Amino acid sequence: MIEALISAFVGILSGGHLLYLLMGILLGIAVGIFPGLGGTAGMSLLLPFVYGMDPVSALAMMVGLLAVISTADTFTSVMMGVPGSAGAQATVVDGFPLAKKGQAARALSAAFSASLIGGLVGAIVLSGFVVIARPIVLAFGSAELFMLAMLGLSMVGVLSGTSMAKGMAGCGLGLLIGALGPAPATGEYRLNFGLDYLMDSLPIVVVALGIFAVPEIVDLVRKKEAIARTTALGHGWLQGLKDTLRYRWIVLRCSGLGCLIGAIPGLGGSVVDWIAYGHIVQTSRDRENFGKGDIRGVIAPESANNAKEGGALVPTLLFGIPGSGGTAVFLGGLILIGVQPGIRMIETQLDLVYTVIWSLALANIIGAGICVLIARPVAKITEIRYVYLAPFMIMIIFFAAFQSTRLWGDMMTMFALGVLATYMKRFGWPRPPLLIGYVLSGGAETYLYQAVQFYGWNWSERPLAIVMAVLIAVSVYFGLKFQRQEARAARDRIASSGIAPQIAFALLIAAVGLYAIYDTWYINMLGRVMPQGAAVATVVFSCVIALGLALKGSDSRIVYDEEAVFERRQETAASLEHYLLWIAGLLIGTAIFGFVVAVTGFFLLFLRIKAQAPWPRVLLLTACAVGFLAAMSWLLVLYFPTGILQRTFALPWPLG
Amino acid sequence: MQRREILRFCAGSAAAGMLVWASLPTPAGAVDFSGKRIEIIVPASEGGGTDVWVRFWQPYMQKYLPGNPTVVVRNMPGGGQTIGAHWFMDNMKTDGTNAIATTGSTQFPYLLGDPRVRYEYKEWKAVLATPVGGATYASPELGLKSAADVKTLQGKTLQYGSQGPTSLDLLPVYAYELLGIDIKPIFGMKGRADGRLAFERGELKIDYQTTPGFLRNVTPLVEAGKAVPLFSWGMLDENGGMIRDPAFPDLPHYLAVYEQVHGKPLSGIDLDVYMAFFTAGFAAQKLLNFDKDTPPEILDAWTDALRKAQADPEFQAKKTVALGPYSQAIGANAEKMKVIATTLAPEARDHVQKWLKDRFDVTLKK
Repeated sequence: MIEALISAFVGILSGGHLLYLLMGILLGIAVGIFPGLGGTAGMSLLLPFVYGMDPVSALAMMVGLLAVISTADTFTSVMMGVPGSAGAQATVVDGFPLAKKGQAARALSAAFSASLIGGLVGAIVLSGFVVIARPIVLAFGSAELFMLAMLGLSMVGVLSGTSMAKGMAGCGLGLLIGALGPAPATGEYRLNFGLDYLMDSLPIVVVALGIFAVPEIVDLVRKKEAIARTTALGHGWLQGLKDTLRYRWIVLRCSGLGCLIGAIPGLGGSVVDWIAYGHIVQTSRDRENFGKGDIRGVIAPESANNAKEGGALVPTLLFGIPGSGGTAVFLGGLILIGVQPGIRMIETQLDLVYTVIWSLALANIIGAGICVLIARPVAKITEIRYVYLAPFMIMIIFFAAFQSTRLWGDMMTMFALGVLATYMKRFGWPRPPLLIGYVLSGGAETYLYQAVQFYGWNWSERPLAIVMAVLIAVSVYFGLKFQRQEARAARDRIASSGIAPQIAFALLIAAVGLYAIYDTWYINMLGRVMPQGAAVATVVFSCVIALGLALKGSDSRIVYDEEAVFERRQETAASLEHYLLWIAGLLIGTAIFGFVVAVTGFFLLFLRIKAQAPWPRVLLLTACAVGFLAAMSWLLVLYFPTGILQRTFALPWPLG
Repeated sequence: MQRREILRFCAGSAAAGMLVWASLPTPAGAVDFSGKRIEIIVPASEGGGTDVWVRFWQPYMQKYLPGNPTVVVRNMPGGGQTIGAHWFMDNMKTDGTNAIATTGSTQFPYLLGDPRVRYEYKEWKAVLATPVGGATYASPELGLKSAADVKTLQGKTLQYGSQGPTSLDLLPVYAYELLGIDIKPIFGMKGRADGRLAFERGELKIDYQTTPGFLRNVTPLVEAGKAVPLFSWGMLDENGGMIRDPAFPDLPHYLAVYEQVHGKPLSGIDLDVYMAFFTAGFAAQKLLNFDKDTPPEILDAWTDALRKAQADPEFQAKKTVALGPYSQAIGANAEKMKVIATTLAPEARDHVQKWLKDRFDVTLKK
């Protein structure tokens, strides 16, 4: 084993292997920074080049890319409030408030150093674990995976903010959104409205960008200022590093957590960061600052989501079963280079396994280094007036969402969820519970059904399941104990439009739940139990909110309207709907003229009318944006959405 | 429909492009793809079986097609492979520059008369058919030593990890039931690997894996005494006759096991169903198809290139890992395979539809 370890290290340093590793890292950083593109997209870009390469170089390149994405995706999570990839959602919750306080540098440096340690822990665990991990992975059967999903859901308590009812209703809605598409037990379609697009579950990138990015963009552009209210980036670099060292136990704990959850195939890596975040909130004594810019809220998910990659490689290499979206494509890449993943690989090609591990470790170090180097210039973006950034962000998230399945439904769904999330934000409905519900919905339903089929209702008596039930009980207890109290004057919580909009929104959500019950009424019991259960929860909690608001009025703790704060601070500002309509305009334009033409028009109009920029600047920025988009699409072989124009006339690239 | 389209050619990190008029097919006898970009639609995700299959052929296509065109893969997953197939149907060209790679997962909904399917599969022209085999294995706890003991499973209730009633797992469930085993499918598996994992955990006692998965992950279990290999699904010879799977020369094929269990060969409508779904799911599992109006000389050019590719020593040396030990059906042979894989007698279809309805409450006819 030691011999294989050393010879793999020598192998990776010799020849051009290091160069390929570096190429993988650079591409990984680019893909990570780009909002919405993550491991799956990144690996897919590498596949065409992998074939015919020698195995060591190809492995180095692929692992290099996988390893750094969850480091680099922190940039947009922290600076823009837009998750850089599906695994960077939890970082947004505290990272973005830190950037708003002008501490982007501190948050980034803490994030990168925590990522670095997490990644190294992942590599170390992988190197020891890979030889003995089989029984541990096999210990997690359907019953345990269901309990793991429940453990994830139990985090909703601490992520609900001031109102548990709103958190629960949001979580129910998330479970419902996750249940769209075919039922795992019966294959029946649920809530698909007869649309081809809704025959599959919604892609995570589309949901994550819709829920987090759209409301943030609308909010910032309305405020007409830069993200960082104080322009000083601060001397946060050292501070961030100190933070990581100060919370070293959190880093190590969350790294271990990330490794373990990543190594268990079935739930996917996208829930790791939330579990780490929830865990850290539950176990901290002083919790007032979580959600408002607590550095621990950045350190925990970042160390976990980077450690996850090492963990996710365990089932990939041992069982030929991917532990995350990126490793699924990685598996295909292995076969293309003639490497057969599976137990045989550990027995006969241990040197290649260690090549993977060394690549992982080296990539984490180099990747974190590069991120630190480019952080200072990149962080300057937060000083730009947001009205100039907004069109770029809108363009990028729509383009990224479209890459999920290259169907129109991606963009429409993201917009629809974005509208929903904009109002959730306005009325103080926490969005993380919705995301958690969505991410865990499929796993919870599938594994409960399978556990009951395999073990009958005795599944809950399995030892590991009992252990996890205890963990869940502890987690729920802490969740209930943790209720954030926020003293706010009523005038800050009821806007000039009164309390009616808040009630209307709660009732609307209840109506969505009722519709879901109606829609799934006639399908088999096994196919409707999950969506109807989620829908009932949504309806009940939404009605509780609506009733509470209607009966107690302004005394109720659940009263919240961001507009109230906004109205008091800002004399004049266009409404939320105004900016949502701008985005809708881009969508309609795309449907008619295709994406490139529509984006050009959107930039010209937006910069001229909203930013009131002088024409030369408008033209320059538009040219830059469209040029950037074209270059991305060209280099990475990505497609643009087409419109009626393209279907009617043949146009040259990039218009056609 | 004539369309201007751009070539985007990516080699290494260098990119270059040029504008090309993808016009009428080249005159007979002078097929030349030089400077063109050939797009192969894969109606599944990157890194999956079909994707890897196309990407394995891709460099050899570039090498041997006349004019050495660039071949790119366009992944369009979703809708149980119907979304990509429909996209191809709406956008296909007749000049040999776009093709679709289909698999059993595209063929099954077509065979079953799934109402979602709008594509006329039968009319497409296949130039390449790649078989894949599969073999059933069981837990030693069941007391089996080999296929000879399969009879002892009659009347036993066994769970089976399935990806869905109408998925590729239709065939195993149907076939096991014909052997007299009381199969209780557990749905919601995301892929064949999930079934294997459940087997290794002891949750399942019987499972099958396709050839690559079996050789990679089940053979070590067999060697460790944790699994007993029973039988393969078989393979078709050049005349369409059933033979032992060359990847599993020591295992009898399913039809032989059926005969041994029941004392008479499989016949009638059940044989029709088995043969159609076996061919669509295994013997002609992956197909490369062109539009029905593609001129014969273009199909010939493709056939010729694929033959040369298969003869390439490098291809031969590497193919086992990605394609298994099977020979590839090219040209007319592929078309023959496609016809079998897309044909199901109406009464056999009714029979399967009724079975799906009675067994799983799945209604396909609308």
